[in-house]
Amino acid sequence: MEWNFRGDQPIYSQLIQRIKQGIVSGELPPGGRLPSVRDLAMEAGVNPNTMQRALQELEREGMVFSQRTAGRFVTEDVRLIEGAKRAFAQEHIRAFLEGMHKLGYGREEILSLLQEEKEEEHGNSGM
Amino acid sequence: MAILECKNLSKRYGKKTALESVNLSIEPGRVVGLLGPNGSGKTTLIKLINGLLTPSAGEVLIGGQKPGPLTKAAVAYLPDRDYLADWMTVQQQIRLFQDFYPDFDADKAMEMLLRLNVDPNQKFKALSKGTREKVQLILVMSRKAQLYLLDEPIGGVDPATRDYILDTIIRNYNPEAAVVISTHLIADVEQVLDEAIFLQNGSVLLHESVDDIRETRGMSVDRYFREVFKC
Repeated sequence: MEWNFRGDQPIYSQLIQRIKQGIVSGELPPGGRLPSVRDLAMEAGVNPNTMQRALQELEREGMVFSQRTAGRFVTEDVRLIEGAKRAFAQEHIRAFLEGMHKLGYGREEILSLLQEEKEEEHGNSGM
Repeated sequence: MAILECKNLSKRYGKKTALESVNLSIEPGRVVGLLGPNGSGKTTLIKLINGLLTPSAGEVLIGGQKPGPLTKAAVAYLPDRDYLADWMTVQQQIRLFQDFYPDFDADKAMEMLLRLNVDPNQKFKALSKGTREKVQLILVMSRKAQLYLLDEPIGGVDPATRDYILDTIIRNYNPEAAVVISTHLIADVEQVLDEAIFLQNGSVLLHESVDDIRETRGMSVDRYFREVFKC
């Protein structure tokens, strides 16, 4: 996985987001086993305590679960994963709308631009 | 219990004050950045902790003990300059560490050196600066100490070597030991730190968790440091 961190947010919350993204995108499949805390920390280049904190939070949210001896696994609850995916999508949409509003576009204009974009895509894929 | 405690610790060189009433407590399992501009007292503090300097006032306790032979056995120290005899081979250095430190794991050191493709029969002086830094870090991290004191471990090396050094620190993480890393290259280390200590003119300006600093200030420790120490 790719790990990149922004300066203006805590590292643990960015780890939570990154692992969640891995789960919703299927990079980390449902029921799959996660690497150990130390291996994940090394891969991300972060402090193991910070990684541990992120995984504990994901566990509280139900996105991952521990089995005492076998390690940590991604949830098999597909509805939970779908919900997290939807939350990411809404975040993207909100950021997109905010950017468009800053450019001065109104709701109707945005929708028609999206429609145009969609038709163009269709046109391209038809060639 | 804290592995390291400084109580009203001060150090003066003649009239010049290098450290002024430093109070610190560091718990096992923590990786702590000792951050400050040049001349802020980082190296003085590290030398007081490992007993190379004696305090002018106050005290240092390592696992409840004052610095001495007992605490030296529990503290692994990486100085800020080459400290190994350069005419010795890497193999001979390993034997030296084995003789001096009962907690030194020679197999572990050898394994890390081989992974780096360092020839153990090479003399220390024949190695590049980056490789020398790596070998010295490997020797220090191959001890099973309670407190690791790393003075500027990433100063003056290329970015790939820097990554290797930080990787080695994470790889050898031990929840029963604390690691103190002194540096002014904060952007490179802040991801591996639990806590940051800002030293300014010999005093502790701040001692907080890295994620708390990012959360409350809305910026990286590096940026916050630049703001605090703006010239």
